[in-house]
Order: sequence, then C-alpha cells, then structure tokens
Amino acid sequence: MSTQTVEQETAQPAARQAGAGGLSLALAQGGIEFKQFVRTRESLVFTLLFPVMLMLIFGSIFGSTIITPPGENPAVTLSQYFVTGMIASGIMATGFQNLAITIPIERDRGVLKRYRGTPMPKWVFFAGKILCVAALAFIAVVLLLGVAVALYDLRLPDTGQKWFTFGWVSVLGLIACTLCGIAFSGVAKTGRAGPAVVTPIALILQFTSGVFFEYQDLPHWMQQFAALFPLKWMCQGLRSVFLPESFASQEVAGSYELGRVALVLAAWCVGGLILCLLGFRWTTKREG
Amino acid sequence: MVPGVTHEELAISVSGLRKSYADNVAVAGVDLAVPPGEVFALLGPNGAGKTTTVEILEGFRTRDSGQVSVLGIDPAKADRDWRRRVGIVLQGTGEFDELKVHEVVRHFARFYPNPADPDEVIERVGLSEKANSRTHTLSGGQKRRLDVALGIVNQPEVLFLDEPTTGFDPAARREFWDLIRGLSHTGTTILLTTHYLDEAEALADRVGVIARGTMIAVSTPAELGGRHLATATVSWRDDGGPRSEETDRPTEVVQRLAASFGGEVPELTVTRPTLEDVYLKMIGENGQGAA
Repeated sequence: MSTQTVEQETAQPAARQAGAGGLSLALAQGGIEFKQFVRTRESLVFTLLFPVMLMLIFGSIFGSTIITPPGENPAVTLSQYFVTGMIASGIMATGFQNLAITIPIERDRGVLKRYRGTPMPKWVFFAGKILCVAALAFIAVVLLLGVAVALYDLRLPDTGQKWFTFGWVSVLGLIACTLCGIAFSGVAKTGRAGPAVVTPIALILQFTSGVFFEYQDLPHWMQQFAALFPLKWMCQGLRSVFLPESFASQEVAGSYELGRVALVLAAWCVGGLILCLLGFRWTTKREG
Repeated sequence: MVPGVTHEELAISVSGLRKSYADNVAVAGVDLAVPPGEVFALLGPNGAGKTTTVEILEGFRTRDSGQVSVLGIDPAKADRDWRRRVGIVLQGTGEFDELKVHEVVRHFARFYPNPADPDEVIERVGLSEKANSRTHTLSGGQKRRLDVALGIVNQPEVLFLDEPTTGFDPAARREFWDLIRGLSHTGTTILLTTHYLDEAEALADRVGVIARGTMIAVSTPAELGGRHLATATVSWRDDGGPRSEETDRPTEVVQRLAASFGGEVPELTVTRPTLEDVYLKMIGENGQGAA
C-alpha cells in the first residue's frame, strides 16, 4: 500500500508535464520569446516599423496615381495596390526574416543547446516561436492597416466573406513563412551571416511578387519565378480582400484565383514543415 | 573501478570511450567510474578531450565506440525523464539578452516537475542583488553564476560543470567552491572539468588527468602521481648562502638543523611537490604541454 502511494506521487508530475502542462509550457515559452523581442529595440524597429516606413515612403512617391483604366469605377490608386503588398511583406518579415536571422544568433550563443539540455519537449520550442511570431504579425498587420486606412483611403473589408479570406490568407501565409524561416535558419552557418543570407531573398521576392511593382506589368519569366513562392500568392489573396471585385480583371489570370492561392500556400506549409524537420540544427556544425 | 561499488550503482560509468572527428582523435579510450555523491575533477590541457568526453556524457555528442552510462542510462538514448535528473553547465556562457535574471531562472524552473525555489537558487549563486537586472548587463563571472543557477534549478542528481569558474575573481571562486561543497553535501554527484589545480584540490574527492584523449591517472588530489610518497625538500640559509636537502625524513633533518643552529633555522621551509608540479610533469611526459 505504502509503496503504491509513493509510485503515484512520483508518476503524477511527469503526467502533468506531458499533458496540459505541455500547453502551458508552450504559452510560457511564447511569452518569454515575445518579451525578449519587444525589449530588443533593433528588432522592434526593423521588423515592425520598417514595413510602415516603407509604406509611407512609397505612398508619398506614388501619391494617388490611378492604375485602373480611365473611367472605371471604383478607381484603384497605386498606393492602395502597394498597401496590400506591404501587408503581405509585413507577414513575411515577422515569420521568415525574423526567425531566419534570430535563430542562428541564438544557436551561436548556445541558447538552443541549453534548451536541449532540459527536458523541455522540442515542439514547445517551436510552438513558442510560432506564438511569438503570430502575436508580432498581428501587431504588424494592425499597424499597417491603421496607416493605410488613415492615409491611403484603404477600405477595410465590408463583408464577412472578405474578412474570412483575409483571415485564412494571413494565417496560411504566416505559417508557411514561419516554417520556412525556421528551416532557413539552418542555412546561415553563423549568426553574423544570417542577415546577409536572408535579406536578398526577401528583397528579390518583394520585387518579383507584386509588392513594389504591379505584378501584371512584370516580365513573364519574372511572374513565373515569383509564382513558385508564397509571397506572390499572399499579395494576390490580399488584393482580393482590399481591392474592388472589378480589379480582378487586371490580374494576369483575369481573377484573384483564391482556390489556387489556398492550394499553393497550403503546399508551402507542408513543404516548410518538411524542410524544417530536415534543416533545423540545435548546435553549430563544429560542435557536431 | 571503485572498490565495493558495482557497475549498476555507479552514477557515471564509462569504459573504452572513443570519439574521432574528421582529422583527429579527440577521445582515445577513456575509462571512468564515479560513485554517487562523489565530486570528480577532470584535469587536462586544452584539446585533451575533456569537453568531448563531458558532452558525450551530457547526451550532446555521439560516440564512435565504448560503454557510457549516467544514472544507469545511456546518454545517447536520453529521454526527458533522464534530463530531469541531470544538471548541465556548458563551457560557454549563454545570454538571454533582454530578459532579467529572475525571469530566466523562473522560466527554466518550469521545465522540471520538482524545481528548487527560483529565488533561493538565485540567492545560492549570489545573484540576489542582480535578480532584476537584464542578463546582458552582468559581468563575466555573474553570467557564469547564472549558468550555474540554470544547471541546479532542477535539483539534479548528477551535475556536469565544464570549466565553471573561468573568468571569476578570487573571491567569487571561493564563494563558488562553497556552493559546490554545499551541493555535494546534499548528495549531488558532480563531474567538473577545470584548468585550476587549486580548484580540483579544494573540491574533488578524486581527480582524473586526461592527455591526448586518454586518462593517464586517476587518484585523490593528495596522492596523484605518488605525490604523498614524494621526497620533501628542506631549505634554509647558512653563512654560505641558501642550502637545500632532498629527504624522505624531513623531520629528522629539521631536528638536526635546529640542534646545529641552537634554535631558529634561518629561512626554513619544508616543501613537497604541489599538485601543479605533479600534473605538469605528467602532462610533459605525455608530450602534451599545457597549451
């Protein structure tokens, strides 16, 4: 009898840890990550405010240039078009760039190795990153939307359908970008190499996916290239939310292709997860 | 093997451990047996294989061959239950930048079912005054103490310390030694690597010397390399200048000198080889100078 009691007592904490405890651990991990992020001024400025700054700069350059054919109603300005691309970019910045740059730094510093030395389940580490990124992406999108509504006549979605589309495009896009960011963190050998490896990729995608230029005006090969990656489809999905139905005729396919948007983004989520499992490293190479 | 302790009862047991990297052999057949509650110090020059050995025991590195068991479990197959019972202080200091000391310790305590009270752990490592400071503002020695705090917050049965006091000032080292002695008194098995021979002498029940990937000696600090049997050197000064005599019977020599000087012997000293002398001699014989 007495031995049984002892066994129960020792078994209980382990069970608690594995079940509901795991979830609260993931939330705590997300909280710690978020705290670390918002207290680092550089990451706050570059990840959250940089897209807003870009939006302001390009917005003042483009002004109210109308990109719809003359006489068409409602008219769409270049600034409005650009805003949708910047929202997609903001999601990519918090998911992909942020993680692909910060994880190698943490690996260099031995932070990841230290977590590996604890009984924290591996998934809790990734869950923490994802929760943190989700909170940051939410803030980034709200900031961008606020500025766009105030300065560039962007109209918030007026139907539940459009809000729904906004929701799933953002969430799928964010998941794809986050997983790719974690996977890509294995590419930079050192923390210092991170930005040099990641920034050009982000810039190239932004130029070819219809963020800085109208996608339909780009050379065909460039369109084909961008269509392989998630950013183009995130931009396109967001255009369907924030630009009028009639603007769909300006798209290369003549429609917003929401089915294909969902399909490509979902495929990137799956692919990203696989790359993540293959590419992630807890320790630096020389530590083997 | 330690007399009177069976293989299963050992806290740490290693036999025939080997590990090579692409172009060099890091560990070339290490044997080690540490009974529960012992403080064992691993000495050896840089590149001798200390960290590789310890990181294999911690489950961070794979091995090429050999038997390894920590708390009865092969670290290569370590599960989360095993991790709960083991404390690790890695060689490098880790930083958590913008987090405060108490936030980091509290967070790591969450990973364990029966953690120590985080405030008490912070107190024990002497960081109470810094509990509310962000970790990047800590000095090198303070960061190291935070590392130790994270290594003991789970009240481990086995604690690994890889060069724990590098960068400490003398007072901080003494405080750290007291901390380790306290842990040892509560029954924690401790394996530490160090460059400091006084540290090994102050803390360790036994020391092992590693050179070129092999364990060349295992002994108590007092007996390492036959140190307790070594001849003593008696030195003094007479009219002719400094004198010294090597002897197995220093007391007799001193008595003789006292009689001949009729009292105080000028500048009298009796010395035996220090742990450092013995160690450096061993390392030198193995063709691996202290790098």
